Amino acid sequence: MQFSEINWFKYAAPQRFYALVGRIVPWVSVLAVVLAAAGLVLGLLIAPTDAQQGDAYRIIFIHVPAAWMSMVVYLAMAFWAAVGLIFNARLSAMLATALAPSGALMTFIALWTGAFWGRPTWGAWWVWDARLTSELVLLFLYIGFMSLHAAIDDPRRADRAAALLALVGAVNVPIIYFSVKWWNTLHQGASVSITKGSSMAAPMLAGMLVMALAFWAYCIAVSLARLRVVILERERHAHWVQAELGNA
Amino acid sequence: MTPAPTPANGQHTVPSSALDAMRSVFLRDLRLAMRRRADTAAALFFFVIVASLFPLGVGPEPKLLRTMAPGVVWVAALLASMLSLGRLFSDDHQDGTLEQLLLSVCPLPLIVLAKMAAHWLCSGLALTLVAPVLALQFDLPAEAIGVLVVSLLLGTPLLSLIGGIGAALTVGVRGAGVLLSLLVLPLCVPVLIFGAGAVDATLAGLPVGAHYSLLGAMLVLALFAAPFAAAAALRIALE
Repeated sequence: MQFSEINWFKYAAPQRFYALVGRIVPWVSVLAVVLAAAGLVLGLLIAPTDAQQGDAYRIIFIHVPAAWMSMVVYLAMAFWAAVGLIFNARLSAMLATALAPSGALMTFIALWTGAFWGRPTWGAWWVWDARLTSELVLLFLYIGFMSLHAAIDDPRRADRAAALLALVGAVNVPIIYFSVKWWNTLHQGASVSITKGSSMAAPMLAGMLVMALAFWAYCIAVSLARLRVVILERERHAHWVQAELGNA
Repeated sequence: MTPAPTPANGQHTVPSSALDAMRSVFLRDLRLAMRRRADTAAALFFFVIVASLFPLGVGPEPKLLRTMAPGVVWVAALLASMLSLGRLFSDDHQDGTLEQLLLSVCPLPLIVLAKMAAHWLCSGLALTLVAPVLALQFDLPAEAIGVLVVSLLLGTPLLSLIGGIGAALTVGVRGAGVLLSLLVLPLCVPVLIFGAGAVDATLAGLPVGAHYSLLGAMLVLALFAAPFAAAAALRIALE
């Protein structure tokens, strides 16, 4: 029985989604490059020098977007893993697998740039406060997800086991986000809030938001490109893949 | 439900309710652990050896050891638990009992909870009872030793529960031992932080009520949620 003319599950087929993504990825990549260029110009050239931190604060334009993306990508990965578990959809599980390395990279960049920022401003490369520790745990969760998926030979069983792990670990993301509110930490509190307005100068805020969009576009582009490779690998027994690879 | 008739000569009865099934799984696991006491003893000795290695490594200065003690004892307890977790489901998986448990009428989360309880009695509780001796090695004051024992009593069931999820996910997987630790240790970080933090707070003269409350809250949450997650993981692993 059809309630509407729309087939909501049309793109749940790997072959159709592969074709769709192939048309999307170039545009999103261009968008990512353009946004990154704009954001870096705003952040490195136009935004003023900070009164307390001098020019060392400018690493914020990489650090904060990377940290935001590390959490967003984990939530996306957990969401698609859940969809794959509930609907037994292998494409959703493949997307979760494709998102994981990008999320791990974003977490690593956030930790690394945070250390570079902490050295001149706090005097320490690393402190064991709540936010840094929970972000490090997030990196371990990404690595655990990828390790578990790689360790199981049967791809469908690997998908489901890793999906369960992603869901169990999703509880860490709110802890990271709220850690600066719940604990006395050395890490700066939230200066950007949807309800209260921000405490940063306008050009700094604009640069950070543009870079956040650039990182978002980058993560989407790279994850979808990786998804195309995962689809080809997993569906290699299908005729359309052999035709695709034969033509390429 | 009417209870099954009890034979006069003391034979085993068929479980007729979920609680009966849980009790028989629990007692079976305990009996099997008692027959292989060497496994439990090995994990205990590992705990003692690891905790004893730290003073040998950092030097015998008493003040340093006293500061290090909560973290060292807690980390050693974590690692010793990781060692014994691999056996939670693997023995049953190898001889086919695990598949029979999955087919049982009793809900799988309850059976898993019974197995985790038996596992805790043989590993976590044993570690908790040995911990005061190690704490003496580190010259902890008596009050701190008491807090250490209570924090381990609250924390080691958490390790069995969370570790049980990891053990269920890695049943029959190649290289399951190290992978299990890799998956479970990040999830156990809050337990470690609050458990060792409680003893640190006592050493600094601060109240420990908050640490106990958070550990207790995590324990209650894990008691409810972990058996479901582990049961789902077992079904994924065996299907």
